[in-house]
Amino acid sequence: MALTTASTPTVQPQDLVRAPAKRRGRGGGPRREGLAGYVFLSPWLLGLLGITAIPMLISLYLSFTDYEVLTPWNEVKWVGLANYERMFADDQSYWHAVQVTVKFALIAVPLKLAAALGVALLLNRERRGVGLFRGLFYLPSLLGGSVALAIVWVNMFNREGAFNGFLNIFGIEGKPWVNDPSWALGTLMVLAIWQFGAPMVIFLAGLKQIPNELYEAAAVDGAGSVRRFWNITLPMLSPVIFFNLVLETINGFQGFTAAFVLSNGTGGPIDSTLMYSLNLYIKGFTEYEMGYAAAMAWVFLLAIALITAVFFGTGRFWVHYGDDR
Amino acid sequence: MIATRARETGRIVVLLVILGIVLYPLIWMVGSSFKSQPEILSNSSALPQVFTPGNYRDGWSQFDVSFGRFFLNSILIAGLTIIGNMVSCLLAAYAFARLQFPLRGFWFAIMIGTLLLPGHVLIIPQYILFKTFGWVGGIAPLIVPQFLAVEAFFVFLMVQFMRGIPRELDEAAKIDGCSPYGVFRHVLLPLSRPALVTTAIFSFIWTWNEFFRQLVYLSSLDEYTVPVALTLFIDSAGQASVGPMFAMSALSLLPVFLFFVAFQRLLVEGINTSGLKG
Repeated sequence: MALTTASTPTVQPQDLVRAPAKRRGRGGGPRREGLAGYVFLSPWLLGLLGITAIPMLISLYLSFTDYEVLTPWNEVKWVGLANYERMFADDQSYWHAVQVTVKFALIAVPLKLAAALGVALLLNRERRGVGLFRGLFYLPSLLGGSVALAIVWVNMFNREGAFNGFLNIFGIEGKPWVNDPSWALGTLMVLAIWQFGAPMVIFLAGLKQIPNELYEAAAVDGAGSVRRFWNITLPMLSPVIFFNLVLETINGFQGFTAAFVLSNGTGGPIDSTLMYSLNLYIKGFTEYEMGYAAAMAWVFLLAIALITAVFFGTGRFWVHYGDDR
Repeated sequence: MIATRARETGRIVVLLVILGIVLYPLIWMVGSSFKSQPEILSNSSALPQVFTPGNYRDGWSQFDVSFGRFFLNSILIAGLTIIGNMVSCLLAAYAFARLQFPLRGFWFAIMIGTLLLPGHVLIIPQYILFKTFGWVGGIAPLIVPQFLAVEAFFVFLMVQFMRGIPRELDEAAKIDGCSPYGVFRHVLLPLSRPALVTTAIFSFIWTWNEFFRQLVYLSSLDEYTVPVALTLFIDSAGQASVGPMFAMSALSLLPVFLFFVAFQRLLVEGINTSGLKG
């Protein structure tokens, strides 16, 4: 996706897979520069090994044990695949959480992207005030992930909330949606969709990159606006759609704060908002089953890696990178 | 001609309606924070009938520790996070963008990999680590990683930015006798200011809104940050505290809102990269 100012760099999808071009340095020779490279890299390397890689490997080991938070290291017992068996065979709440999370992502992510694309198309004009609209639509993306906004949201969909006030205008009697197991997750989906501003701005930048000549040529050929959208806008925008889809899906699977606030950390009502991350939190930090939670975190990682791989694998059938690809 | 005009007007009307729906929750939040207790239960509109600023006073001192302390804790963590991210990510970015060293391509690929690593996967492993260090119940687990460039997003942002700085400047500095350290100090550090500002702003907003890690690592009331303290209102779910809860929620979003007003242009222009985080 492209940044819009000269002062900020342009990011293209291919940058993600390509290291900066090699160039031989002169001053001081390659040995000295090699040393300097590692000096500058050392905080990052320390973080990568100490804060990310080694803890993950330790947690992989612990996922095969009965480790609990207060278990002394010498009393940790190897239990083999027991945690994983429990996850896949015995633990009803685990499968329930998987279903809740998948349902959330399957519904909220496409709707959020559709809203983002729709508003971006409406805004994609050279007109005064576009900048202000763009900024205001983006505001929810800045505020929406916070506890404060989740609190407001829950109250908005409660019995005396703004949503029921709105329904009352039409004479519809509302109910406390957040306490209803069949609606609670829906209110969280609406909260996610409400934050469509971030992908919208990325869509807008993508729309600006589509050469106007394409539309003019199509108009000359007699293509109507619907056909121009399907045959020009969508294909030309497909790299940006792909980018937004991958990121929003990964984000969607990690929903936590709003579900925590709505259910006061329980995943209720009747486990209807038990998102994967919230279930992980409950198992690890309120039931102290760290070994089991470590296993859950690893399965989570593998699942998201698999989904991302599927996106990248199918992407080449529908993502167009222009003539050079 | 008239048809285009009409369509253009229609477009603006649709945009305004959507904007109204999008902004209404924020207006409702601020309005409700000034409603009296009985009114919160009866009036679902955004405008309070009786203007009740007392919610802010009550909310501020709702718990044994005042919200002033919670705000200071949040500011401290956000401030240290900003410094940590700016320093450590800039150093790493300089190495990736400008220096030749063994395994550079390998480490760069790993860095990109961590960019896609879902953060929640790391919660349990890191908790176990910090528990072993005896750091749980303090701010160290929230700060130390930021000084070790764990936010790959900012490393990537700065690498991308540095790619746009002409290499001729480095070469000139080298001819003048600068070492790699000198080139960093005299060329890339001063020229990277815009990327550092973007990093600082996003570091602030993300840290301010962050919840999961703060929830896990902070254990006593006087360590609590604003988001963790706000959840205490939910625990004490008594209807009596809904007004104060709204007041403190609105107040806690004020700093982010002010950042938005002050840096609107920069934020919106920087979003494309921020989109990596949503």
